[in-house]
Amino acid sequence: MNRDSMIPVVGVLTKVTRETGDVNTYRVEKPGGGKLFEHMPGQCAFLSVPGLGEAIFSITSSPTNQEFMEFSIKRTGRITDFLDEGMEPGQEIAVRGPFGNHFPVEDKLKGRDLLFIGGGIGMAPLRSVVNYLLDHRADYGNIDVVYGARSREDFVKYDELTEDWPNRPGVQVHLTIDRPQEGWTGHVGFVPAFLRDLAFTSDKTVCLCGPPIMIKLCLEALTDMGFRKDQVYTTLELRMKCGIGKCGRCNIGKKYVCKDGPVFTCDELDDMPDEY
Amino acid sequence: MQKIEDLMRAKAAAVLADGAADCVLAWKRGIFPYDHAPALFRRGDDLADLVYDVFCPANLAKYLLATSRAGERAAVFLKPCDTYGVNQLLKDHRVVRDRILAIGTPCGGMVDVKKLRGAGCGTILAVKDRGDVLTVTTAKGPVTVAKGEVLLRKCLACKGNAYQIADDEIGTPRGTPPAPADRYAEVRTLEGLSPDERFAFWRQELSKCIRCNTCRDVCPACTCEQCVFDHPGSGVDGKAYVDTSQEALFHIIRAFHVAGRCTGCGECGRVCPQGIRLDLLNHKFAKDIDAFFGPCQPGADADSPAPQSTFRFEDPEPEAVTRQDDRRDRHA
Amino acid sequence: MLKLELRHLGALLDALAGQGKVYAPFRQGGRTDFAWYDGTAGRDAAALDLEHHTARAPKDVLFPQVEDLLRFRQQGKKLGLEAAPLPTESVVAFGVRGCDTAGFAILDKVFLQDPADLYYRARRDSLTVLGLACGELEETCFCRTFGLDPAAPGGDVDLWLAGGALYWQARTDKGRRLTEALGAAVPFTDAADTTADTAAGAAADAVPPAVAAQRDAVHASYDRLPLAELRFDDRLYHHEREAFRSPVWESLAATCLTCRTCTYVCPTCHCFDVRDEKTAPGTTERYRCWDSCMDRDFTQMPHGNPRKGKTERFRQRYLHKLVYFPEDHGGTYACTGCGRCLQACPVSLNIVKVEQALAADLGAVGAAPDGKGGAQ
Repeated sequence: MNRDSMIPVVGVLTKVTRETGDVNTYRVEKPGGGKLFEHMPGQCAFLSVPGLGEAIFSITSSPTNQEFMEFSIKRTGRITDFLDEGMEPGQEIAVRGPFGNHFPVEDKLKGRDLLFIGGGIGMAPLRSVVNYLLDHRADYGNIDVVYGARSREDFVKYDELTEDWPNRPGVQVHLTIDRPQEGWTGHVGFVPAFLRDLAFTSDKTVCLCGPPIMIKLCLEALTDMGFRKDQVYTTLELRMKCGIGKCGRCNIGKKYVCKDGPVFTCDELDDMPDEY
Repeated sequence: MQKIEDLMRAKAAAVLADGAADCVLAWKRGIFPYDHAPALFRRGDDLADLVYDVFCPANLAKYLLATSRAGERAAVFLKPCDTYGVNQLLKDHRVVRDRILAIGTPCGGMVDVKKLRGAGCGTILAVKDRGDVLTVTTAKGPVTVAKGEVLLRKCLACKGNAYQIADDEIGTPRGTPPAPADRYAEVRTLEGLSPDERFAFWRQELSKCIRCNTCRDVCPACTCEQCVFDHPGSGVDGKAYVDTSQEALFHIIRAFHVAGRCTGCGECGRVCPQGIRLDLLNHKFAKDIDAFFGPCQPGADADSPAPQSTFRFEDPEPEAVTRQDDRRDRHA
Repeated sequence: MLKLELRHLGALLDALAGQGKVYAPFRQGGRTDFAWYDGTAGRDAAALDLEHHTARAPKDVLFPQVEDLLRFRQQGKKLGLEAAPLPTESVVAFGVRGCDTAGFAILDKVFLQDPADLYYRARRDSLTVLGLACGELEETCFCRTFGLDPAAPGGDVDLWLAGGALYWQARTDKGRRLTEALGAAVPFTDAADTTADTAAGAAADAVPPAVAAQRDAVHASYDRLPLAELRFDDRLYHHEREAFRSPVWESLAATCLTCRTCTYVCPTCHCFDVRDEKTAPGTTERYRCWDSCMDRDFTQMPHGNPRKGKTERFRQRYLHKLVYFPEDHGGTYACTGCGRCLQACPVSLNIVKVEQALAADLGAVGAAPDGKGGAQ
């Protein structure tokens, strides 16, 4: 990283896809086409709304995608509200990244059977990993994806989940929604209980991302099922301003989530003060 | 002084033991002769550290916000000037009366450590209070200083030794520092300047601000749940000044906001790490409110109508404040 | 070592100004603080104050309270972006005490650690530090707790005020370059010339008797300070978990105002915010500015705050200095014993009180382990 660690580059928004009632996927390219910068699955980047500031988001698209980057973003505050209401294709946007570590697709995940567990917008960073693996299919074992949302309308990238991934060899997608819904024939119930029902063997490596309470309960379920905490990778989300471990916001114990994370194993989290 | 301290410890022990209070707000001995910190004592805490002498300037009234909110009944030791703050918090409906056990605590004036250093006490190792003088042990030997020379500025504007609210009292009231002939003498001096000179004075003072927020955080009249200057949606939030109008904005808005509620406790002037004369700004407002809408001494009681929110037919029009002649007439 | 009569201080300031912007301690309105020697009224050789300690650390010289990063220009859907130029102008910091050069070293660990902050690095590279040995100490001084020596400031050039003169010793290449560049503009004399005991080849680094005497006097007065024997308990950073869970935080934080005084006077506090300011239609300036972990907004997220209240924020500030930073930097505390927070805190809370309370609470944990074995 060089001087540009604090200085964004200018990209152009080429497509905005409404995924759910409050989630959009923003596609960003170089003004002349192509990707703004390379990244790895799980890494993050800041998007700027001049006048309001920057916020950091995980990069949802796979590194193997050479045409563009995607960010799936939920409305939660001033910047994300503006992205939703004030941005349209053709608009230029400042992007700063990539920051942080990534899921260990180059070593620890290689050759393993993998279990992805996502809840709500938490699927965003996992999507980058899954698509990366699918583009390097031979290097990895079976892939199970368990994804829970409030309702059928709250799944992000529903088409990919139902029409793309399940048709790939060795990939199973297990969807669940919180409450029964007309026309829904799939599973109903929260993710942690669904996990127990699915009774996965504990030899898998797990990538887990979702709201804090879901992570906590899923981890309990996984432990009961025989998984060790060092088999489970998750990502943390904290307020960040610099992305390079200087500004102090994402400091937890001796770690800085922006550079030492956002990806941690759950046993690493156990060693950190409980402030995330 | 020893005696008051003993009485305070006994009182604190008694109210904690008999359940009259859940906690006691007092001052705790520091590592130097002068750095006593406000502290919350609870049942089981060692009261030997409870201290009271000329280095207890902090006004404990504001901590009642937290104890009152937590539903705790707090016994609080209050110097006469601190009692104004409690009344004002009550009048502003920021604390609950039943949750306060106000204990009047005599004060003969508090000492300014910076002035002590300035009076030839470079490295302060020990201080003995001998009434009118302090004997200070410094690295270079003993120094005797007249207490009147090193009192905090806020004590030079002392409002007297009467408690405005007290459920209980400790000891007997002390002789206070000589009442100032005119509490607003410095304000009058500023008023005598031309508008350009005044502007230059305040520009110079406020340009020193580093926006640490200490004046706000210590102020018993600043009790908003979230200050507008911290609120990301307010449009005026900020952590540093990007241009010179912003520092003036912060302090002037704050002065307007506490106008009519500022008791003149002088804590803002005491705590400013940059030495800005914020007390003068607030005193100017207090003086004008007293003159035009008064008589008004915020905190003198907990229930009289607040001048800023009570209309009277005889109230002057706002421009009266800017008319020098008008003002001079009233003070003639 | 060189020597300069004090009556030439004005000439020295002017000569330094010829080498770069000069940042020096001036006394104004009864207090001393670093400020730019830029012709502003009241900042002249007469107001130069090499005796009193400054109320604030000189960290602005490397890490300004407000620093421009870039400017956005929006026009329709186009977005222009101009990065602020790197601050490469030469700067001389004059009269920096040992606790504050140590503060610079701690900021270096943060900002120069990979990936380096290039704005900071540009300022660091263009800064020459003229260190100043302490004369009068304050009772709040405790630099020796961290192995520092108040008589050895550790700048590029070290200065001593002794025997009515200023002694000047270049210690680094930067310091030697500056000394050479000043040349004849400053009427230095060779301090060795004035000493009698230069028989052994008149070594350039021989210590003149006046300097030696001043150094001994400072060491002797340090020994008499209330905090002279203060040691921070190394067990703290071997017991992060116990320190984090200690019950002391609740009672210590109860009377903290969570203002930013301690943060802003501190030589090592370095948290910052990045903010945008719309300065004209279509124009936004982005800058960074000092921030404090004591601030409620600091870790506020849309869905909540991982640090729920004042106690947690207070704990973060002190654990960062006493535990997290030493864990990450080989036992170096993020404190240099300058004592400013001891003097500035409006309610007399400070790092020494916190360290002592925490160490007392952890007393039951046991002696410092060799590694982290005891942390379970």
